Amino acid sequence: MSETNTQVRDAAGVDVANPNLTRFDIVREGARRDGVEIVHYEPQYPPGSAGERRMTRIVAFFFLLTGIMSTLFVVAFIWWPWEYELGPHASKYYTPILGLTLGLALVGVGLGVLTWGKKLLPHEIAIQERHDGPSSPEEQKLTGTTLQFIGDEMGLGRRPILKWSLLGLAPLGLAAAAIPIGALIKDPHHPDILFKTGWAGATPTNPIRLQHDDGTLVRPEMVSTGGQITVFPNIPGGSSNHYADSPTLLIHLREDDAAKLNGQLYTINQGSTWSSFVAYSKICTHAGCPASLYEQQTNRLLCPCHQSQFLITDNARPIFGPATRSLPMLPISVDKEGFLVATGDYKVPVGPAFWEKD
Amino acid sequence: MKRRKVDLKALPGKSAQEVDTRLPVATPLRGVLNKVFPDHWSFLLGEIALFSFIILLLTGTFLALFFEPSLQEVHYDGSYLPLQGVEMSRAYETALDLSFDVRGGLIMRQMHHWAALLFMAAIVVHMFRIFMTGAFRKPREINWIIGLSMFWLGFTEGFAGYSLPDDALSGTGLRIASAIMLSIPVIGSWVTTSLFGGEFPGEIILSRLYILHVFLLPLILLALVSIHVGLVFVQKHTQWPGPGRTNKNVVGERMFPRYAIKQGGFFMLVFAIIALMGGLFQINPIWLFGPYEAAVVSAGSQPDWYVMFLDGSTRLMPAWDIRFLGYNIPPLFWPTVVLPGILSVLPMAYPWIEARWKKDYASHNLLQRPRDVPDRTGLAAMAGAFYLVLTISGGNDIVADKFHISLNAMTWAGRIGLLVLPPLAYYFARRLALGLQQHDREVLAHGVETGIIKRLPDGRFVEVHQPLVAPDEHGHTDLPYVGWTVPKKMNRLGALGPAIRGFFRPIEQSAPPKQEEQPREEVTSGKP
Repeated sequence: MSETNTQVRDAAGVDVANPNLTRFDIVREGARRDGVEIVHYEPQYPPGSAGERRMTRIVAFFFLLTGIMSTLFVVAFIWWPWEYELGPHASKYYTPILGLTLGLALVGVGLGVLTWGKKLLPHEIAIQERHDGPSSPEEQKLTGTTLQFIGDEMGLGRRPILKWSLLGLAPLGLAAAAIPIGALIKDPHHPDILFKTGWAGATPTNPIRLQHDDGTLVRPEMVSTGGQITVFPNIPGGSSNHYADSPTLLIHLREDDAAKLNGQLYTINQGSTWSSFVAYSKICTHAGCPASLYEQQTNRLLCPCHQSQFLITDNARPIFGPATRSLPMLPISVDKEGFLVATGDYKVPVGPAFWEKD
Repeated sequence: MKRRKVDLKALPGKSAQEVDTRLPVATPLRGVLNKVFPDHWSFLLGEIALFSFIILLLTGTFLALFFEPSLQEVHYDGSYLPLQGVEMSRAYETALDLSFDVRGGLIMRQMHHWAALLFMAAIVVHMFRIFMTGAFRKPREINWIIGLSMFWLGFTEGFAGYSLPDDALSGTGLRIASAIMLSIPVIGSWVTTSLFGGEFPGEIILSRLYILHVFLLPLILLALVSIHVGLVFVQKHTQWPGPGRTNKNVVGERMFPRYAIKQGGFFMLVFAIIALMGGLFQINPIWLFGPYEAAVVSAGSQPDWYVMFLDGSTRLMPAWDIRFLGYNIPPLFWPTVVLPGILSVLPMAYPWIEARWKKDYASHNLLQRPRDVPDRTGLAAMAGAFYLVLTISGGNDIVADKFHISLNAMTWAGRIGLLVLPPLAYYFARRLALGLQQHDREVLAHGVETGIIKRLPDGRFVEVHQPLVAPDEHGHTDLPYVGWTVPKKMNRLGALGPAIRGFFRPIEQSAPPKQEEQPREEVTSGKP
């Protein structure tokens, strides 16, 4: 089959009307006219040979595999129990069975088609000329001049008033931008949401009680020495994500640690601890994750997101990792009924730093 | 009325003619059918990304039929008993429903996630291939830039998708994203509150991420993918050097049927891999993480792998805070805003940087082997080492935990490694490239090593070389170096027969050994 073309080819090409041409002759001529020369074309197996029959069987096997697997997929999809049950149950195998049958069905198509294309089709090498590189100088000039002429026709150079009046169109762009920007923009400072938390309403005379996740109030005896719990402001929705900046870590320090902390409180933190209790913001000052991994032995808080470490006995000062700021301290006390309360909001903004945060 | 018989055999030809009289397609269609594509396994890496993208569109459309990006509070009442009655957002509830209460929903969710990971992985590997072989050079700079943009778009698209289910992991990721936006000097707080519609997390962010994830970004990606592939089509694919291959031609197979068949088959295989992974390997089991609560996080909360390098850079960043006049630039700004900025702009400019560096302004359609451009290969290794250190550092808590290494030591190892390893990688990759090149040149000059050691009369031992062509009087051959594979083993020269083919049993007969019937002389001691 490789060299059946016996036609003499002249400069004008082959006469495709010639009835003696084979189909391949015409294909090769068509390719030539597209700048493609088929330089090598030969079957990989002699027609009817054992090798060819073998490859044909392989392709058929793969397609059969697809047929079987697709059928199994549909059967499993419809009849395999799929609704979730606790514990060991056939439904747990629903997704794996779907994946296996669908995957094998697709493997069958893929390998079948590939074997067909790579083994049963004759081997071919074709060469196509590239026609890239710049256009001819004449073409460039023709197009360039056309563009320049369009400029001349518009006559901007000759009509300065038009040029200036085009500036008058600029507000149209502004108008287009105004709608999305104006609708989206939200002032972070009025109200001052970045500087206030859910504890904002608390004052020494009108404190806000501390509550657990489930809304129950917190008494000092609920936290064992050396222990810590997460507390929220006892306000409507105080434990919800609506007050994502308010979660606070309440820590019951050991006596010596409490003495150490009270001995080196920053001025801003003076009077914020109560007995051997201290409350720090749980929101990491680095990227805002909850800095909640408490190492009781070393008195460190570790943020699991980027491993900033804060020293509880020293104003929650960052001692390792990328964080640069101490965790803010919540001023706490105990009210007449013996519940822990916050007597004010955090004195510095909680959470990650930003441009306006000094 | 006379009933006309339809000639079925003539029908295709006749309908083709009918089409062509209305829309003359014969000539352009033949051009497409006959277009020549070069073939090499490394040209298929980008295809994996393309096919994953198609699967992402298909599975994503299915998911969108069931998912609701709403932060409205609900009490879970679905099939998954452990979360019964738990307060959660509607988004998390519908994501759970997709996993438990929609038939086949879980496999679609998992296929979508795996396809996204494969999409990004294929892009990265493809990008390395393009870089190391010089396929980005003139005239293909634009496609290089489009490709890089698609990496960052895919990155954003993936992050948006990862944030949608509103489970504990997505909420944590979103919170970090808000902190990153906050860290931008001057406008940070305005950008963040505007995007979140107030304070984090607000009520609106999921709806905004959703429209970004299912409409805006896929639309832009689809447009860029089309331009990307279209430009490859118009500019014609690059090819490796080799016999008959020049800068002005393409040697390969015509698009139809061979190339198209291979593409179709390969698509099915990629689809199959994703289906198998989606069914057999669990990914992002959101029901185990629980709904997002601002106060809850667990250790080992890693992002998807393609985000990990930025997580790593954030972890390694020293605690440097710049403060002045009551304003400040937080340390988060440098590794998460400035670094990605540099990483996107610098590679985009690289084609022009290299052209000036090597003073090479010509158009190139022939690829270069990594060994033939040692400087560029060194740079690729350098970038790879930089990326690898950052990615490993993104999971340094896991490494510390599994190998019982101090976490702080891991951080310091990452900081030092980030500065030391890339230059070392540059040096070693460059030397390796030069060494490989040198060996090729040696084969061209002296021939293939035969493994036969000969002792010379003066007692020296030399290895016999088989020259590739007849050598000159000094035993040297003067073959030009063309930047393509040279034979390094004798059986590449046909000196040894090829291995017998067949997997379980031979499918062909081995050639019978040559029987040389020559009269033999008796070996004697030499004495009469």
